[in-house]
Amino acid sequence: MAKKIALLQGNEACAYGALYAGCRFFAGYPITPSTEVAEVMARELPKLGGKFIQMEDEIGAMAAVIGASLTGMKTLTATSGPGFSLKQENIGYACITEVPCVIINVMRGGPSTGMPTGPSQSDVMQAKWGTHGDHPAICLVPASVQELFTETVRAFNLSEKYRTPVTVMPDEIVGHMRERIEFPEPGDLPVVNRAVPSVGPEEYLPYDTRFGDIPPLAAFGSGYRFHLTGLNKTADGFPTNKAEVVQREGERQLRKIEDNIDDIVLYEEYLLDDAEIAIVAFGSTARSARYAVNEARKAGIKAGLFRIITYWPFPDKQLAPLAARVKAIIVPEMNLGMTIHEVKRCAAGNSKVTGIFRVDGEPINPGQILDEIREAGK
Amino acid sequence: MSQRYELRFSGAGGQGLILAGIIMAEAAAIYDGKQALQSQSYGPEARGGASKSEVIISDDPIDYPKATAVDALLALTQEACDKYSGDLKEGAILLVDSDLVKKIPKGDFLLVGFPIINTAKNEVGRTIVANIVALGAMVALTGVVTKASVEKAVLSRVPEAFRELNLKALQIGFDKAMSARETSFTQMGEEFHLSR
Repeated sequence: MAKKIALLQGNEACAYGALYAGCRFFAGYPITPSTEVAEVMARELPKLGGKFIQMEDEIGAMAAVIGASLTGMKTLTATSGPGFSLKQENIGYACITEVPCVIINVMRGGPSTGMPTGPSQSDVMQAKWGTHGDHPAICLVPASVQELFTETVRAFNLSEKYRTPVTVMPDEIVGHMRERIEFPEPGDLPVVNRAVPSVGPEEYLPYDTRFGDIPPLAAFGSGYRFHLTGLNKTADGFPTNKAEVVQREGERQLRKIEDNIDDIVLYEEYLLDDAEIAIVAFGSTARSARYAVNEARKAGIKAGLFRIITYWPFPDKQLAPLAARVKAIIVPEMNLGMTIHEVKRCAAGNSKVTGIFRVDGEPINPGQILDEIREAGK
Repeated sequence: MSQRYELRFSGAGGQGLILAGIIMAEAAAIYDGKQALQSQSYGPEARGGASKSEVIISDDPIDYPKATAVDALLALTQEACDKYSGDLKEGAILLVDSDLVKKIPKGDFLLVGFPIINTAKNEVGRTIVANIVALGAMVALTGVVTKASVEKAVLSRVPEAFRELNLKALQIGFDKAMSARETSFTQMGEEFHLSR
């Protein structure tokens, strides 16, 4: 049977990806440029027996998503800049309690109300450092409508697998543009469900590391009763100040990600084999960079593109060797310099790293990148 | 056509230009089997303000999602024409509402004008379908999608009760542009006449 094809908006693709992954609960508060995610969920969830709740604000929405997830559901919220800021405290709560959930943050200009309808890529650091304390962070930055679908599915899979919140962050251009999409059939993409306890309620502990770094999570309402807190906790979920437990638990929570980098980090390399100049970009800016790379190649300049798909954890393992073999790296991004610092850290002085930064609400166009490529090629 | 073909629908917020762009992209991507990408740019206003919707059509995958050198521009307001005509390609098509756009930018392009909004109001019967009249005209002038495909795309987007109205708007826009085109000429930055 021919696959179902549609011209779909990026935000809509996010919502359909979530439904494909088995998400049956959405709580949110509408905000430009993310509202279409909520619109599709409001329309489609009731048909599937799911629940859609428009909450009083973004803080409440994040809390609802955590609560619903604890009943065993896959849950989603969607927001943009100011809303993402409001969600941060509860994202931290999801991190320390290790509750799977997915957050879509469609990036617009900021800080504060900023430029509601203008594109931006300036929330990437917030995705890792926005909530206080050491905590795991997974953040995906898709660049096409099809990829918004598949990466949202992957976000749910990673969230369920590692018992941690996962953020999907298209910029406004990717979130709002429309492209042809082929809907995957059930079974085409893997769908991962969280590990559930293999022991009975009397023996169950919510942070039982006998089962590895990612303890199984029982659903409230399934006969298992356990305690939850935002405080540092022991295996039974109750608070503790015991130094050795806090240290061990903190390290375990980071290890969930660090020991599984290869499973989480996704990227795309384009014409990098013989490249002398590499562009490191993501989202809509990577599409502009690809155009520029093709133009540069036509002019005989050996340029290539490293496209970040998993932003956190950062692709250190790929970028360090890349920096060692190219002459120069160019980092175009719709902010005033964020990714460039990560790239410089990876490059460790082995190649020149320059940036193209823009926050005027206009995309970084291929001409700008091509000019920088020519400059770097001199 | 393996090259990128870039269209821009511009005017004021609320005129339905984003929808016109979506229908054009659907005609290309769903019914003509091409690659198409639609994007938009608008201000915070729900109505008014300059608004644009861009459609890129290609046989190959489309990388940069925004227009680089525009092949065909529709301008329904003077503000939009002033703001969005700066990156027209040499020989591009410029379609304007001749009642509303009086000041035409200089350049080497094919200028076509007719009273688009008044045509919707007086000949189709509803101002609200001006975007579909304009869409029909853009299809006629660019030939970048087939008329059959755009008809299918319009039908899939509008409610049952408004199908006939929209098909009529599309046809009238198509016919008007065809006859307007015959009397227009490539303008070289000097004198020109809007064809009516």
